[in-house]
Amino acid sequence: MTDTKLRVSKIQSGTVVDHVTAGAALHVLSLLGIDGHDDATVSLGMNVPSDRMGRKDVVKVEGRELSDSELEVLSLIAPEATINIIRDYDVVEKRQVERPDRVTDVLRCPNRDCITNAGEPVQAAFAVLDDGLRCEYCGEIVREDVTDYLQN
Amino acid sequence: MRHDHLLTAKQLSRADVETVLDRAAEFDADLEGASDLHAGKLLALCFFEPSTRTKMSFEAAAKRLGGDVVDMGSVESSSVKKGESLADTVRVVEGYADALVLRHPKQGAAKLASDYVDVPVVNAGDGAGHHPSQTLLDLYTIREQAGLEDLSIGIMGDLKYGRTVHSLAHALTNFDVRQHFVSPESLRLPRSVRYDLHEAGAQVREHEELEDVLPNLDVLYVTRIQRERFPDEDEYEAVAGEYRITAETLEAAKDDLAVMHPLPRVDEIAAEVDDSPNATYFEQAHNGVPVRMALLDLLL
Repeated sequence: MTDTKLRVSKIQSGTVVDHVTAGAALHVLSLLGIDGHDDATVSLGMNVPSDRMGRKDVVKVEGRELSDSELEVLSLIAPEATINIIRDYDVVEKRQVERPDRVTDVLRCPNRDCITNAGEPVQAAFAVLDDGLRCEYCGEIVREDVTDYLQN
Repeated sequence: MRHDHLLTAKQLSRADVETVLDRAAEFDADLEGASDLHAGKLLALCFFEPSTRTKMSFEAAAKRLGGDVVDMGSVESSSVKKGESLADTVRVVEGYADALVLRHPKQGAAKLASDYVDVPVVNAGDGAGHHPSQTLLDLYTIREQAGLEDLSIGIMGDLKYGRTVHSLAHALTNFDVRQHFVSPESLRLPRSVRYDLHEAGAQVREHEELEDVLPNLDVLYVTRIQRERFPDEDEYEAVAGEYRITAETLEAAKDDLAVMHPLPRVDEIAAEVDDSPNATYFEQAHNGVPVRMALLDLLL
C-alpha cells in the first residue's frame, strides 16, 4: 500500500494524524483516551511506507477534532506529526504539532523515588527539552520510551 | 542572595555563593557575637531520615543567632506514621515556625514542600537528589583550604546516589574548577547531573582509577560507597577496596591536598589519615555552623 492510496480512504469528519513515528499509533490513541469503548470510529495505518520518514503510522479518528493541548502532548510522542482536520470529506485545516515548554498531568515520572510517585497530592510536571523531558521535581530526564510513562 | 527557598545548588549563582561564604566568615570569626540577630525566630526541623551533622548544626546555627528550633522528632513518633502526607505535614508546621528545614527520602520532596508553604524551605537532603546547604559548607572549606580559582578537585565514591556530590558538582560550575569524577562504572554520575554540567560548560573528566588523577588534585572529596547498592557482599568489597584512602594512597598526592568527606565515613578513609595535614573532614563538619548561620541570616 502506498502513501497515496492510503489517503484515498477518506473520513467524513474528524482528524487525521499523519506522519506519526512508526509504531507510535497505539500510543497516540492512548494519549487521546481512545480505548475502543467509546463511539469513535478509528482507522490505523501502521508501518506505512513514507517518502519522508521511511515508515510511519497514520491515525484517523471520525467525529473528533483535537484540542490545542492534545496537540501539544502529541508532539512529545510524534514530533513530526501533521494534523488534518476534516469536515465533509475536505481538509479544512492542516497543522503541525508544536512542542510546549512544559507538560503536566500527562506523564508519570519514571523515577520511582520521585516525590510525584509517593502518593502526594501533586501531579508530575515536566519541562520540555530539545531532546527529551525533565521532571520538575526530581530532575529525571526522559529521552527514550516516553510513551511508557503515559498516565492513562 | 534573595531567594525564598534553598532547594538545589543549581539555583545558586557565584554571587549568591560568595555572599553566603563571606557572611559565614564573619560569623566564624565571632560565633558568639550574633546572639541577638534573630532573637525570637523559630526554625522547624523536619527530618524524615536520620541525621547527626546537618540537624545538629542547623539547631546550633539557629541558637547562635538568638533563635530556637521546633523539631518534628522521628518519623515513628509523628503523624507521618499515621499516613499523613508530606504536603499536609509542612502546611501544619508552617504555622509553627519562620523557616523549615526538610530532609526526606524522596527526590523532589523539598520542591513539593515549597509549593505548599510561604515560609522559606531549606532542602537538607532529598533522597539521592540534592543537599545544597552541605555544598555551601563544602565550598567554604574548599575556599579556606585551596581557594576557588584554578583548582582541580577529585570527587570520588558513590556519584550516582550521592546527593552531596550532585549539589557540589552543580555549584562548582560557577568557578574556575576542573572536576574529576572517580567511581566504578556502576556508580557514575546520573544522566541528569551530567546533562547540567554539560549545559553549564563545566570542565569535567570521569575516571575509574584514582591514581590516574590523584597527583594533579588540590582537593579530594571522598564519599561513602553504600553496601546496599550492590547485589552481593563480594562485589561491594571488591569495589569499596579500590576507593579507600590510606596513608600510602596519599604518597602520590600533592603535599597540600585537602581530603574532604561529608561524613559519616565507614572505612573509605583509614583512621591513620586523620592525623595527617591532609585530613580536612572534621573541620569541614565544624564549618556547618557558621555557614548555616549565614544561610539562615539571609533567609529569615
